[in-house]
Amino acid sequence: MKLDDTPVPLPWQRREKRFSHNGKFILTVLPLYIFTLAFVAGPLVYMFILSFLQRAEVWGVIGKFTLKNYTDILDPVYLKTFWESIKLAVLTTALTILIGYPFGYFMAKLSAKWKSRMMLFLMIPFWTSSLIRLYGWIIIFRANGPLDKALMFLHITDAPLKLLYTYAAVVVGMVYALVPFMIFSVYSSAEKLDWSLIEAARDLGANPMQAFLTVSLKLTLPGLLSGVVLTFIPSMGLFFIADILGGNKVVLVGNVIQEQLMKAHNWPFAAALAVVLTILTSVMIYLYRRLAKVKDLEGLV
Amino acid sequence: MKNRTKLPNIYLGVILVLMYLPILLVIIYSFNQSKISSVWEGFSLKWYTELFRDASLLQALINSLVLAAASSLNAAVIGTLAAVGMLKVNLRSKGVIEYISTLPIMIPEIILGMVFLVFFSLIGLPFGMTTLIIAHTAFCIPYVYMLVKARLVGLDKSLGEAAKDLGAGELRVFLDITLPLILPAIVSGMLLAFAMSMDDVVISIFVTGVNTNTLPIKIYTQLKTGVTPKINALCTILFAVTVLMGLLSGWLGKINTQKKTVLEENR
Repeated sequence: MKLDDTPVPLPWQRREKRFSHNGKFILTVLPLYIFTLAFVAGPLVYMFILSFLQRAEVWGVIGKFTLKNYTDILDPVYLKTFWESIKLAVLTTALTILIGYPFGYFMAKLSAKWKSRMMLFLMIPFWTSSLIRLYGWIIIFRANGPLDKALMFLHITDAPLKLLYTYAAVVVGMVYALVPFMIFSVYSSAEKLDWSLIEAARDLGANPMQAFLTVSLKLTLPGLLSGVVLTFIPSMGLFFIADILGGNKVVLVGNVIQEQLMKAHNWPFAAALAVVLTILTSVMIYLYRRLAKVKDLEGLV
Repeated sequence: MKNRTKLPNIYLGVILVLMYLPILLVIIYSFNQSKISSVWEGFSLKWYTELFRDASLLQALINSLVLAAASSLNAAVIGTLAAVGMLKVNLRSKGVIEYISTLPIMIPEIILGMVFLVFFSLIGLPFGMTTLIIAHTAFCIPYVYMLVKARLVGLDKSLGEAAKDLGAGELRVFLDITLPLILPAIVSGMLLAFAMSMDDVVISIFVTGVNTNTLPIKIYTQLKTGVTPKINALCTILFAVTVLMGLLSGWLGKINTQKKTVLEENR
């Protein structure tokens, strides 16, 4: 954080000036400082420490330093879980781009009236409890459910497909839950687009594809990238979608963490898993910032 | 040529229909006579009447409402004060604190949940409504903070300065000038925070006590063990509330932009 560029006061003046300037307002930021330090920074630091501690025989933690929790992650079972989670996250993100990018892009081309209507249409399902929407997919995928009936009616299949509790169902659930983030990010970027640039490119002889690739795509890249971050990171942790739509067939890092915490009660190991997951997601955010050269995630709120 | 311009709109329409389809099915089956949701046996309101007889579900609903109200209010106070103050104070730590305070909506929910679980048991806080409110406040603050901050940055500074020149103190300027101008941002931040809190299942599962159920936790356990159409009825009511809240916040947003244009025109 750079300090402002007011003339530099002499050392003995500086302290007093800073204090008197901050004096009145320090009270307004105090609640955030206290809350953040006590209930966000504190717990995160504790999780980090916990990941180096030993698990007690039956219950609890022993205050002895160990690296065992981290070496345990190298067990093929857990490495495979991480790999599966990353694979699913990549697949989910790719599909959200495929579906969400055109949506956000086309939406930015609508008239102002339709833009705000579209926004409302999007916000309503987005605000609806994710469990309600998940439940809707259970109804759809259920054997002899609406999807099976429609497919059999159209003679595409002649027996109920068992779609619930499959990998495909989990992918659909994830994409469905995360696609709004991609749409909002791409839209906020595409909305600022100067469409005359594309016309100029066309006038200069570019075909629509070339114009899109060289102008539109480049200018909406920040939105696309923030959409990738906003879908990739949550998809690493959305254990309940895998839980509900995948039965026990799809096991992600999130599911393992939950199991280690709530069932196996191996908290230090769960903490180590969480630290690794945090590092993975931080690397993502770091790469995103380097690539997009922006500070705040666009379209986050 | 005409077809080419229509294609994007068809795409938008199809995706929207797909987005609403699951919700629509939940609503339709809430009026189903049959207990099995794959068979339609005629219109009925019996699941709604049964819903209102289910004391544990209603208790969960009340818990969720209390939790969301408390957390979004906490967030509104802490977030607004901080957003206003952060622009004025000159502390070296403010960038770091700002970053840490937004972490709850940046890191995967499951990590936040587990972090709270281990921390609360470390400091010996009994799990229940208190722990739920603290955890939810943590992820509600960023929504209010970011929206209010964005609004403050876009604000015309000369208004406050004019008031100061006319002899108003800082508090006076805040109450008479700044607060009315940022109020729409505070309210839409609160609505967003409220919705996020009402919807949260991952973090709540970790920090709730044995006897405190929130609605999402209740629905989650039922989805895992087997649902009755009562849940459909409940979801339908929740959906109606969501739509109302969405319309309300959209309406507030409209007022917000109207105010802005009025101010800009008067300049």
